[in-house]
Amino acid sequence: MGENIVGKSVRRPDLVEKVTGAAEYCVDVTMPGMAHAKVVRSDRAHARITGIDVEAALASPGVVAVVTAEDIASLHARFGHIITDHWILAPDKVRYYGEPVAVVVAETVAAAADAVELVLVSYEDLPAVMDVEAALADGAPLVHEQSYEATGDESFKNLSHVEEGDGAEEVLSNIAHEVTVGWGDVDAAFAESAVVVENTVYFPMLYAYAMEPYNAVASYAEGALTVVSTAQHPYMVRDDLARVFDLPLSRVRVTSPYLGGGYGSKSYTKVEPLASVASWVTGRPVKLTLTVEEAIYTTRVDSAKVWVKSGFAADGTLLAREFDLVMDSGAYADNSPLVMAKAVNRCFGPYRVPNLRAKGLSVYTNTSPASSYRGFGAPQGNLAGETNLDRAAEQLGISGADIRRRNLVRKGEEILPGKRGIDADIPADLEMVVESLERDRKDVPYYGIGFGCSASDAGAYPISTAQVRIQIDGSVLVLSGSTEMGQGSRSLLAQVAAEELGVDLAVVKVVQSDTSVTPYERTTGASRTTTLVGLALQRACADARSRLRDMAAELFECSADAVRDLPGAVAGPDGRELDFGSVVRQWFGGSAGEVTGVGLLRRDGATQKMPPFWEVGMVGVAVEIDPETGVVAVDQLVTVADVGFAINPRAVEGQDLGAATQGLGSALHEELVYDGPQLANANVVDYRVPRVKDLPRKIDLMIAERRDGVGPYGAKGAGEGTLNPIGGAVASAVARAVGRWPDRLPLTPERVWRLMNSD
Amino acid sequence: MTESVSEPVATSGPPRMPVTVDVNGVSVSRQVEPRSMLVDFLREDLGLTGTKVSCELQVCGVCTVLVDGRPVSSCTFLTADADGAAVTTVEGLSDGQTLHPLQESFVDNFALQCGFCTPGFLMMSKALLDGDEVPDREAIVEHLEGNICRCTGYEPIVEAVEHVAQELRGGAHG
Ligand code: FES
Ligand code: FES
Repeated sequence: MGENIVGKSVRRPDLVEKVTGAAEYCVDVTMPGMAHAKVVRSDRAHARITGIDVEAALASPGVVAVVTAEDIASLHARFGHIITDHWILAPDKVRYYGEPVAVVVAETVAAAADAVELVLVSYEDLPAVMDVEAALADGAPLVHEQSYEATGDESFKNLSHVEEGDGAEEVLSNIAHEVTVGWGDVDAAFAESAVVVENTVYFPMLYAYAMEPYNAVASYAEGALTVVSTAQHPYMVRDDLARVFDLPLSRVRVTSPYLGGGYGSKSYTKVEPLASVASWVTGRPVKLTLTVEEAIYTTRVDSAKVWVKSGFAADGTLLAREFDLVMDSGAYADNSPLVMAKAVNRCFGPYRVPNLRAKGLSVYTNTSPASSYRGFGAPQGNLAGETNLDRAAEQLGISGADIRRRNLVRKGEEILPGKRGIDADIPADLEMVVESLERDRKDVPYYGIGFGCSASDAGAYPISTAQVRIQIDGSVLVLSGSTEMGQGSRSLLAQVAAEELGVDLAVVKVVQSDTSVTPYERTTGASRTTTLVGLALQRACADARSRLRDMAAELFECSADAVRDLPGAVAGPDGRELDFGSVVRQWFGGSAGEVTGVGLLRRDGATQKMPPFWEVGMVGVAVEIDPETGVVAVDQLVTVADVGFAINPRAVEGQDLGAATQGLGSALHEELVYDGPQLANANVVDYRVPRVKDLPRKIDLMIAERRDGVGPYGAKGAGEGTLNPIGGAVASAVARAVGRWPDRLPLTPERVWRLMNSD
Repeated sequence: MTESVSEPVATSGPPRMPVTVDVNGVSVSRQVEPRSMLVDFLREDLGLTGTKVSCELQVCGVCTVLVDGRPVSSCTFLTADADGAAVTTVEGLSDGQTLHPLQESFVDNFALQCGFCTPGFLMMSKALLDGDEVPDREAIVEHLEGNICRCTGYEPIVEAVEHVAQELRGGAHG
């Protein structure tokens, strides 16, 4: 369609800053007069705090203050964007090993670390619930003895199926959240089914391991708070902080510089309140940087047990599905209610399911709090749904490809009633995967292939704003509240602006994520930036162009309608041309001034129907297993990015390989393991993530471009899709290689060996 | 060009010891705590924040710098042990005008996303390419096994290093 700059794998300008070491990450940011904080953490899973003795710590060299819950009692000392249940510092009891109990502020990190050892916390142990079975048992000890007000988060209400309460007295339990979705007559359909298959799977407790651990530097002074942090969603963090200190939003400034990885794990509020209250108490800017171990205890991924049952006609047509998902959400809700809402929406897959019943339970336990991770509940449910489908295929005597061919929805069909129809050709994507996998299939023993399909209601809630500022030299500033965490939005937004305005990419500069400077953006997540910020930015460019035409009309002394757009310029009716810079300069009448274009996006028009788009996950894997050791080698990894239009194809491929690699990590290696009150492997030695030698032998990253998204040029988001179905694909491939079905991930060598050698 | 920067001896706080290190061609003398790690010396004392820290356990490779040409994990390397040595960090890779071929190749091959692991990969790769043998793919994979990247899935990193190795090979033979 004649685009010049989008659709090309342009070099990402931000990468140049990053290879020289010049790029500034949050961890590199300092403030004048800054003190350093270290956190005193609970060494119990569940215990009443009977006393905190800070004397010795305060006397330690270089210590400025020791902050405890008592010091911040006058604040609203809790946060949480759905339920404000998360105490900044444990006030009366601790709910998990690793929970912050106090913050030591000192002149140096080392002095703070030394003094942490000197804070004496006395406890009275309480019975703990370390897993969901214990938490749901009759008479189980309560993690929270009170319920908390919901924040009324709009996106949450819109995206989940929460029934409004009838005002009846709530019975306290360890259930943090419950979701159901369904339609049709499931029981009747099961009764009619030729084949019914049911199974249970266990999805491991994961850690996203963004390599830059959570950190923040905060300064509270003169009734205003300034925070620089590793926040994916600086605006949401601003909301939480404003509530804590009862400040107007305009007096809280949150900035996110480059992030050293996010993958959803830096969504929502993490260490910002700790650094902020430390600054509020001491009157000094305070920096807090977590270690990896502390980061693991700050946010992990919900583990899940998922029971699934599906009924099929004799030809493999799905008649009904039923899911029961239970997730271990840890001691605080954080984003787990939304993760569960999404898991329920995403578990049954992009298939025609005439009868459905899905129920999800998010459970409080005395473990570290779980929250968002790339895929948002999709990987957990998908593992169940897809392996169930492959088990059915085996029983029905058809291939994994055929059972999907029979049931995949076509373009435009709804998989959730009333929601946007599927905006992708998923069957065509499947054929791309099948073709690539079969082409290189090996005929060797212990070899198996598996497919995985998913569709995620992506994009979150469509509220986005963007601005472009046209400078007197014709260069362009793009402002967005969307955070660059590696995914490439800084480069992508520059491409869109350059395309829309017809200017050289080199004169466009993108500024992101400073709540006092850049325009509002709800979140950076759910693969939304390309689609939603992209649309807002297109509108901002159109607005800037319209202003420039008006100004040029004054200069040309003609009507605005008579002014035509040219790349980087306008033309008058008499053929006179003026570049953007000249229009601005001449209109203001000096070598000064600028023109700002504003783009606003809400739930309206093209983005009225929810979700804004469907993110398709389409993968195939081939594995080869060493029968002696149980080691699973990935022979092939094949992915399709169904992105509508790839604004930067290499960047899209990068997202897909990155997501797939994380998926392979959870499929084959990664799992946090609780041993008593604490994690046995809260470090990167024992929590093994993929390394370079784990690279699949063949990698085929394909892109399907059918311009079927609502975003700019028909684009849709990417970045999560490929992760979601990897676990199921690997589990099915392993099952085909060894002839037995695994019921849990990760498929470590030991697990695979036992699977092969059990009776 | 060598310049010498000294600081007065600290008068309070924990005991300190003098070190002199050549950092990216500049000789630097400082008083450091005996427990000071090289990465903290670089990042905090010298403000060279290009080198990053993650695992602090010598398993992720993010903090890799070259000490006398040898790659070390600066998170567990005592500053005192670098006394008298030459340290090269990511800031020392380019001359400020043109990028080092590895830096160019990493950008061209999309071998980074968030970039947090990148300084470590660059320094590790430089150590390999500075060796006598021009490495093949297998040698590159072997050599980079100690560096974690959570974003890219590694393939583009291997490709980026392979490209530079091929150029070196081309240069050597033609
Ligand atoms: S931070 Fe030094 S090896 Fe990980
Ligand atoms: S680029 Fe993010 S960890 Fe490697």
